[in-house]
Amino acid sequence: MSVQEFERIFQDKIDQDIRIEPKDWMPDAYRKTLIRQISQHAHSEIVGMLPESNWITRAPTLKRKATLIAKVQDEAGHGLYLYSAAETMGITRDEMIDQLLSGKAKYSSIFNYPTITWADMGAIGWLVDGAAIMNQVPICRASYGPYARAMVRICKEESFHQRQGFEILLVLSRGSEAQRRMCQDAINRWWWPSVMMFGPSDDTSPNTAQSMKWKIKRFTNDELRQKFIDVSVEQVKLLGMTLPDPDLIWNEARQHYDFGVIDWEEFRNVINGNGPCNKERLAARVEAHEEGAWVREAAMAHAAKRAAREERKIA
Amino acid sequence: MSENQWPLWEVFIRSKQGLDHKHAGSLHAADAQMAIENARDVYTRRMEGVSIWVVESKYVHASNPDESASFYDPANDKVYRHPTFYDLPDELKHM
Repeated sequence: MSVQEFERIFQDKIDQDIRIEPKDWMPDAYRKTLIRQISQHAHSEIVGMLPESNWITRAPTLKRKATLIAKVQDEAGHGLYLYSAAETMGITRDEMIDQLLSGKAKYSSIFNYPTITWADMGAIGWLVDGAAIMNQVPICRASYGPYARAMVRICKEESFHQRQGFEILLVLSRGSEAQRRMCQDAINRWWWPSVMMFGPSDDTSPNTAQSMKWKIKRFTNDELRQKFIDVSVEQVKLLGMTLPDPDLIWNEARQHYDFGVIDWEEFRNVINGNGPCNKERLAARVEAHEEGAWVREAAMAHAAKRAAREERKIA
Repeated sequence: MSENQWPLWEVFIRSKQGLDHKHAGSLHAADAQMAIENARDVYTRRMEGVSIWVVESKYVHASNPDESASFYDPANDKVYRHPTFYDLPDELKHM
């Protein structure tokens, strides 16, 4: 069979919503784009642990500390599910780690912002995890089996993250003057970066058309972004807070909220390594990898010792 | 040291007594015991499992999807293996 035949059979499967599994024939470009997307998604989870870990030692109560730790543990787990899914496509964990630590691989722009106050934990849970959920739910039906299954697992866990975040803000919004100000300030700083999480607008997104044809993406960036904004405008009312966009207005004709202009220059800068925390985030990951080398070696030594002991027992 | 010498393991979880182990994903670990402990941490944070199996990925053997057509061909035209193939009167009970 010719490559065109294989491609036709492949596209037919996609069109009929038949999942593609690891050993199935797939176009090189499909494999490459999925490796890139899944591994960058995994990197985002791991790097995403950093801004929140920042507040674990300073969480205001034991309950808040425990729930924040649980959330960060989940992010580690999510990264691992995704690395595992990417590895089914022929890339190794070492290669992916190298790509992250060398700066070759990208990760979600949102994690390059600093977490300045405790209220940032609430804003991240509500807005960042909220945007992530909006993006991830459709991917549960992505054409590549391992990716879709990882996403189902992730989505089940993600909803506690968002509720935890909103609850933090709710308590602050009902607190002292200082707490209410801190809450509004965090929302003011995290709103636009969260809106940018959905990526460039459709007319400037080079990968969208092919990703939609291959059902890796089910909705466009702008569609998801609009949904997120519509939902958040309603939710912020319960906090008695505002979103930092004076152009947010209900459009009766479109049945959606109109919103202000996104600063795409900021987005580009952050994606290309010039955001407030890019260098810091990468340095933290490099340090963790280097400082952790002894653990990797010790585990191998321990495993060898254990195996030798077993052998001596049997002998 | 950039080379990760921990092999890859496939993880199977039984979510409750009476059910089969289901494939949950994979992870790297130095040996079987570490793989089981890691699997517990990665895949059962919410009590999703009562039993964990781990198998080094190199020991999982799979059928070749490119050969599916010929491989499954013998089963393809034996519709008489299904109970619905047999046309029996409605009055016949308990069958």
